[in-house]
Amino acid sequence: MSVGERDPHSGHMTTGHDWNGIKELNRPVPKIIWLFLAATVIFSVVYWILMPAWPLGVTYTHGLLGIDQRDSLEAQLEEGAQQQSAWADQIREASLATIQEDPQLMETVRKTGATLFGDNCAVCHGTEGNGGPGYPNLSDQAWLWGGAPEEVQETLRVGINAEHPETRIGQMMAFGENRMLGRDEIRDVVTYVQSLFNPDAVADRPEEALANGEEIFAANCVSCHAEDGSGMTEVGAPNLTDDFWIYGGDRQSLYDTIFYGRQGVMPHWEGRLSPLERKVLALYVVDMSNREE
Amino acid sequence: MISQLTKGERQLALVISIAVAFLGLAMAGGGFGNPLGFHGFIVLLFALGVTFLILSGYFAPEPSPERLKRYYDDPIKVGVILSLIWGVIGMFMGVWVAALLAWPEMTFDAAWASFGRLRPVHTTGVIFGFGGNALIATSFHVMQRTSRARMPDQFSPWFVLLGYNLFCLLAVSGYFIGVTQSKEYAEPEWYADIWLVVVWVTYLVLYMRTLARRQEPHIYVANWYYLAFILVVAMLHIVNNLAIPISLTAAKSYSAFSGVQDAMTQWWYGHNAVAFFLTAGFLGMMYYYLPKRAERPIFSYRLSIVSFWGITFLYMWAGSHHLHYTALPHWVQTLGMTFSVMLLVPSWASAANALLTLNGAWHKVRDDATLRFMMVAAVFYGISTFEGSFLAIRPVNSLSHYTDWTVGHVHAGALGWVALITFGAIYTLAPILWKRQRMYSPALVEVHFWLALAGTLVYVFAMWNSGIIQGLMWRTYNESGTLAYSFVESVEAMHPYYIARTAGGLLFLAGIVVGFYNILMTIRRAPSLEASAAKQDEPVTSGAAPSPVSAGE
Ligand code: HEC
Ligand code: HEC
Ligand code: HEM
Repeated sequence: MSVGERDPHSGHMTTGHDWNGIKELNRPVPKIIWLFLAATVIFSVVYWILMPAWPLGVTYTHGLLGIDQRDSLEAQLEEGAQQQSAWADQIREASLATIQEDPQLMETVRKTGATLFGDNCAVCHGTEGNGGPGYPNLSDQAWLWGGAPEEVQETLRVGINAEHPETRIGQMMAFGENRMLGRDEIRDVVTYVQSLFNPDAVADRPEEALANGEEIFAANCVSCHAEDGSGMTEVGAPNLTDDFWIYGGDRQSLYDTIFYGRQGVMPHWEGRLSPLERKVLALYVVDMSNREE
Repeated sequence: MISQLTKGERQLALVISIAVAFLGLAMAGGGFGNPLGFHGFIVLLFALGVTFLILSGYFAPEPSPERLKRYYDDPIKVGVILSLIWGVIGMFMGVWVAALLAWPEMTFDAAWASFGRLRPVHTTGVIFGFGGNALIATSFHVMQRTSRARMPDQFSPWFVLLGYNLFCLLAVSGYFIGVTQSKEYAEPEWYADIWLVVVWVTYLVLYMRTLARRQEPHIYVANWYYLAFILVVAMLHIVNNLAIPISLTAAKSYSAFSGVQDAMTQWWYGHNAVAFFLTAGFLGMMYYYLPKRAERPIFSYRLSIVSFWGITFLYMWAGSHHLHYTALPHWVQTLGMTFSVMLLVPSWASAANALLTLNGAWHKVRDDATLRFMMVAAVFYGISTFEGSFLAIRPVNSLSHYTDWTVGHVHAGALGWVALITFGAIYTLAPILWKRQRMYSPALVEVHFWLALAGTLVYVFAMWNSGIIQGLMWRTYNESGTLAYSFVESVEAMHPYYIARTAGGLLFLAGIVVGFYNILMTIRRAPSLEASAAKQDEPVTSGAAPSPVSAGE
């Protein structure tokens, strides 16, 4: 039979058990623990009475306050919409041009647009809209499909080479891979394209290469990129005479573009962003490109 | 080590490891070209390694019957070392994933080194590898000492320890090649899960058999906690992993649950894994090593009982606090929240019981870093359980959920509680196991303590800051009623804190490396205990009534 002994330090008895030298004091549970437990239990019981809490077969106790998270959510969404309606209704109804001229509305566009852009577009176009290899710079003045707010809005709605039935389709064919042009021909047309935006770069290239390139360009490229290479927004063909490049303006990148072709994909946003959000974004993008100047 | 096994045990071990080798061969053959086949090779190699080990000592003479008068500590020694190895690997991985969040390019464009794969390597490495091995090793020690009985046989502890580590190996190697069930802390696929069930049931049976042989009339509280840990983890593991494999030769299965039921099962599992793996098991550790080191009686026996049953009962209900504001019905969330609030009482009662036990020994806490490890662990246990109950309150959770605050909370518990109590326990245990007078270098224990504490504080403060900033940025609206910040802006704002967290992690990692070195040097160099002192650590020490040793057959 185990016998307790008195612990000299605390003055309490031990329980008399000894496990490899470990003993326990036979001390009551401190009152504060019971108080504390009572307090949390009372809190819980009150909470159960007020809120949905216990299952009852196919239903549950709904609580005296009648609160449910789904209703609360709907109420909050409603409240949010109400808060926005002051400016949202204006933007929804006004024409793009009118909004552009209204400094106050544009202030809202800039604030709201920045977050929308950061959450939806920045992954591809960069937080400042500056783009990167394969993703066009939106803050400049060069446009594939046009930089008017209406055109940008449409680009957002249907996307480019996207899954939308009305998507914009921009095809830069693989002239090399599809054997429409030989390697030398491609090299020549690259020389010609280079001469369009940077004549100095081709100064040391033979005359006939340039002439040959010009011929090939006229035969193969003008239908989309136009006679002078300035592009056509109707088919999404970029201007080749400026300094803005999606895939790069050096010889290797140009060669790869023409040999393998390009088909950038810009997702469509109809169904993912509301018409209001797309309108704000279109205005935001155009504003961004104007600011950059 | 093999020489300590009886002939019969050697035969059994040989048969089992050859059987496992064949199982591995079958997996490798059947699953050829599938990750399962790769795992078959790992099982095969592991089993062959064990087979050769057994053969190497197979013809040694039978062990002396004298051994039955002592405790069986060989597997405990190996468990401690394995725990430290996993600890170093797991925490290194922790530092790596921490660095990845600050500098994403550190994934080096390799699929196996992507965040999604390294993160479970970290969590499994530290929780199951480091924590699990420490629990198994210390439980073997505690159950024998507090029962004053040697383990009933020498084969089962080895089966449990090695089988468990094979499970960890399958888990971690699988993540690198993309094998996962996508359930947090339950990532390993069906075949690894089945294997763990076999191992775990053996563990439970071993524990109960040892207790059944005890020479003490009562079962010490540490054992209740260890038993709760083993029993509940078995239940959680089996239920949450119910799944149908797409084929017996493929490492892919589909969960038996779907939708919100799946989420609820997962977090019932996930939260109780925290409760019974990372809490109950380590409380068992604390209840033995802390009073032992402090040489003080437990503050209150009754408080131990109240907090044990409080924790065991209340935790079961709390899991749904992981799913606040989701598709989970509101009433389930209410229950999760309220039970989490009530849970604070037994949690703090346990922490208080530990800290008050130190009354009369505070001068030791000041002088002895090992005891201080355990004292600070109890304090962190108190802090993180308070934080947990607080975060479970719905409105608080709406700010903290999905932010780094959760990660900070986890690590206040993981570093401050789980790891520190383990270090304290290991520093107490190592000299006993290897029969040394003391650790090789008490000064290095002191160094480890400060590295670990500093690392924990840096980590936790960094995550509190970043978590709260994140939560606030996500809910700030501008005057037009739309979000003021985009998500990437909140990511940018985290950058300095992620760097700080990496630095804190490095301190913590440096700490365990120092600790590992100290343990190894203790084994090799520390002055050994005199024979008479070593005798103290044997089943019959009480002298007065030398009850017959019930050990072995
Ligand atoms: C998955 C990447 C991706 C995302 C996300 C994305 N874009 Fe694009 N976007 C592109 C690519 C690629 C192009 C160019 C397509 C091409 O080369 O034909 C493009 C083109 C555009 C264009 C046409 C540019 C021109 O010169 O006519 C606009 C405008 C545009 N994006 C705006 C946006 C906005 C606004 C968003 C956010 C709602 C967005 N993009 C999100 C990839 C993306
Ligand atoms: C069918 C219309 C079409 C024809 C014909 C065509 N292109 Fe294109 N080209 C495009 C479109 C559309 C793009 C934009 C592709 C994109 O962004 O994904 C483009 C892009 C380019 C670019 C890349 C511009 C940049 O910013 O990186 C170059 C260079 C180019 N074309 C050169 C040529 C040359 C040279 C030819 C004749 C050999 C040619 N294209 C013929 C439609 C055409
Ligand atoms: C060197 C020390 C450590 C470092 C640097 C570290 C770092 C990390 C990081 C970066 C994450 C991912 C967080 C995220 O996804 O945002 C993580 C997750 C986690 N770690 Fe650690 N860790 C360390 C030690 C530990 C230890 C010792 C344990 C447990 C014993 C642990 C348990 C966990 C758990 C459970 C998670 C998942 C948290 C969640 O899902 O919210 N860690 N750790």
